[in-house]
Amino acid sequence: MDLSMLWYLVPSVIMLVCGIYGFITRKNLIAILISLELMLNSADLNFVVFNRYLFPGSMDGMVFTLFAIAIAAAETAIAIAIIINIYRSIGNTDITEINKLKY
Amino acid sequence: MDITLPILILAIPITMFLVLGIGGVKMSRKLAGILGICGLGTTAVLAYIVALTYYFSGDANFIIDGVRQQYQVFDVTWLAFTQRLVVNIGFLLDPISALMLIVITTISFMVHLYSWGYMEHEPGFQRYYAFLSLFTFSMLGLVVATNIFQMYIFWELVGVSSYLLIGFFYKLPSAVSASKKAFIVTRFADLGFLIGILILSYYTETFNFVAMTNNPAAVLQEFGGATFMGASLLTWAMVLIFTGGMGKSAMLPLHIWLPDAMEGPTPVSALIHAATMVVAGVYLVARMFPVYCVVDASLTFVCYVGAATAFYAAVVACAQIDIKRVLAFSTISQIAFMMVSLGCAYDLPIEGVHYSGLGYMAGMFHLFTHAMFKALLFLGAGALIHAVHSNNYTAMGGLRKYMPITHWTFLIGCLAIAGIWPFAGFFSKDEMLAAMFNRHWFWGAWMMMVAGLTAFYMFRLYFLVFWWEENPHYKEHKPHDAPWQMSLPLIILAAVSFCCGWIDFGQFVTWNGVPYHIHIEWVKVAIPSLIVAICGIALATRMYMKKNDLPTKVKNFWPTLWEAAHRRFYWDEIYMFITHKIIFGIICKSIAWFDRHVIDATMDAFATITQKASYAIRGMQSGSIQAYVLWYFFGAIILAAITWLCLI
Amino acid sequence: MDSVGNIIVYFVVAIAIVVFSIKAVTTRKILRSATYLLFVLLSTAVIYFQLGYQFLGAVQIAVYAGGIMVLFVFAILLTHKPNDATGIIDSHRRAIGGTVAVAGGVLLLLALFFMPLLHGMSLTECIASGQQITMKEIGDAFTGSDRFQYLLPFEAISVLLLACIIGGVTIARKE
Repeated sequence: MDLSMLWYLVPSVIMLVCGIYGFITRKNLIAILISLELMLNSADLNFVVFNRYLFPGSMDGMVFTLFAIAIAAAETAIAIAIIINIYRSIGNTDITEINKLKY
Repeated sequence: MDITLPILILAIPITMFLVLGIGGVKMSRKLAGILGICGLGTTAVLAYIVALTYYFSGDANFIIDGVRQQYQVFDVTWLAFTQRLVVNIGFLLDPISALMLIVITTISFMVHLYSWGYMEHEPGFQRYYAFLSLFTFSMLGLVVATNIFQMYIFWELVGVSSYLLIGFFYKLPSAVSASKKAFIVTRFADLGFLIGILILSYYTETFNFVAMTNNPAAVLQEFGGATFMGASLLTWAMVLIFTGGMGKSAMLPLHIWLPDAMEGPTPVSALIHAATMVVAGVYLVARMFPVYCVVDASLTFVCYVGAATAFYAAVVACAQIDIKRVLAFSTISQIAFMMVSLGCAYDLPIEGVHYSGLGYMAGMFHLFTHAMFKALLFLGAGALIHAVHSNNYTAMGGLRKYMPITHWTFLIGCLAIAGIWPFAGFFSKDEMLAAMFNRHWFWGAWMMMVAGLTAFYMFRLYFLVFWWEENPHYKEHKPHDAPWQMSLPLIILAAVSFCCGWIDFGQFVTWNGVPYHIHIEWVKVAIPSLIVAICGIALATRMYMKKNDLPTKVKNFWPTLWEAAHRRFYWDEIYMFITHKIIFGIICKSIAWFDRHVIDATMDAFATITQKASYAIRGMQSGSIQAYVLWYFFGAIILAAITWLCLI
Repeated sequence: MDSVGNIIVYFVVAIAIVVFSIKAVTTRKILRSATYLLFVLLSTAVIYFQLGYQFLGAVQIAVYAGGIMVLFVFAILLTHKPNDATGIIDSHRRAIGGTVAVAGGVLLLLALFFMPLLHGMSLTECIASGQQITMKEIGDAFTGSDRFQYLLPFEAISVLLLACIIGGVTIARKE
């Protein structure tokens, strides 16, 4: 039995749809951020898998993933700073209460 | 010639305008008046120096072998649009511009002096003097223009100052509407003027007067026989240019603004609407005269318009009650006289081309004398109005005992305009009639009849004001002669009107600069015209000297005619009908309908649709990030599905 | 033909990823959710190792599983009381989310299965055909400016991180 590319992509897809489900359904901002990390992680995994199977001679996918991890770190830091700020002003982190930015 | 004096002539009035206009509010009346009068006095002295230098110095720039030359003191590029379309500003000295310098500054100075007394108690005295200075500047700039575009610029400036001065009493609705009327009517005429300028300069490739008038044959050649609607393009151009003159000089279809312009202060009427600005049309035709000569159709047009206007205005003047209106129609009639004279200055070509400059010289002569005696009459009317506080002769009568100075000077003015020997009008009118008889006996006879009418209506006015019957109001409010600031100009102008006819005018102004010796044709022209004038005066004396019922009888003999003449033959009503009923009522209304129901409605529909649509879909912007992600993901799925389907 | 060890490792990791992903988004306790995320990230790191990217796996563990998770835990502890369950997700919302997720997943999986390219070579062949990625190569790639070298993005990332530190401090600071 061969471990072809497909085998690695299936968990990635499931990770992605879980992230989407979580993003849409969760009410807590931190939980939404966690879902976001899931989606990001699935994208990272895809980069690496494609790099390995389609262009084994180069390492661009890997480098891109490295950058993505760095950026994810930055993004999470900022997001959490914002979430803490929101918590300070409204006392919880419920996204249904943060909907002032509308018509 | 040094350019200092010419520049000062233009610079002093405009400086006065700025000083009085900006600083006038802070000045006392006395200071503003003295400043205005001194400024204009200086300008007048300088203008006299320049004009007299031009006429008498014998400098080679000005006169060569007894022929007067056109001399451009300076002519600098002011606006260069393209290589060829260049507008210059300059100072042209030639016989007519030197003449106009004298006329304008003399009358303007008299009016400045007179206004000091007349306007003494009016609010806005300083503003008044500022406007007068602006007008003087514009008029001087107009007459010394070296090119037709400069003339046009100052032409408009003159129109603006006229507008400002007519509407000087801006709290009176009648003055406001009169100023608007004057501005709009002349503006329509100026449109024709501008189109004429553009046509002319398109072909000649120059705006310069000297270049055009020194070689009119070349101008004709430049057009190369181009025609438009059956007339040559050059004729069109000259007629259109004359349209501008018709507007300013109140020729027949466009005359309606001038009688209303009498709403302005009386000295302004004397300066602008009698002596200087309204003769700008005559001046324009004179300026372009050599070009007019090569297209006799346009000169004939001038002739017809002038003849019709002269007669019309003279008849209307016989039936007016307002003394300023009488003088206004008299002005129209006299200007038309000058126009006819210019139009007759061209003989039918007998042996090749042959010009007769007599009409030109006579027209200019009459312009000069008319400016003097009409200013005198207006200022006299101002003194009368000052005394009885009414414009209508019904409030006057028998004033000769109360206002002797006004009476005698007014009489001199009336005699001058009627053309009685030895007053100024006699000489100029005689020359004009001679020129008209030279052209065709019809013009001479027609205009001689107009001259008789002139004598009649002027003496009708004179008798109704100074004789007739004493007005009972005098017992409560005794009229008296005006203060010295007003009387002095009257006396000076009366003296000038008395004697300026004796000037040998042909020595100074002729169409080609060659001196011409005036000789009076007593038998053919002078005596018949004198007889006609005396008949007119006699008739007026019979009817109006003592109170009697003859005028009422005459009026009742044919009441429709009197009413029509009194209502100026319904020209204003015709204009009202055309503008209100036809233009506003039919054309504008339909355009407005179209605008409101088609153009505006389209725009409104866009706005409404946008608004409705936004209200319908604004719920989508819920402020909930998760909803956005949901929509985004739907979109992504659909796009992916489409891509996949396409790939299969 | 891949070795049995590889296959076993793959299945363990794949099942872990699937199960922990689902648990991470369905559990009602936020701290547990974060813990499941940690497991997912660690499992991903194992896949990276298996694919021969040791450095990447190490970074995944150090930065993601280590650094970011610490941030998450701190944030959760700062904003939640212990045993604080998130509110019950209403069924309407869950239905929409589930529908969208399942639809998207089915579509993507269908696409994967119909893509012939994905069924080709085995992992062993792949790793054998590719070069060995050493730390030296990675260091060269990050510090060079030639083709396939990434000095500029590297510097950009460093500036970005600096900006993030400053931004995070500014935002989270008490007034």
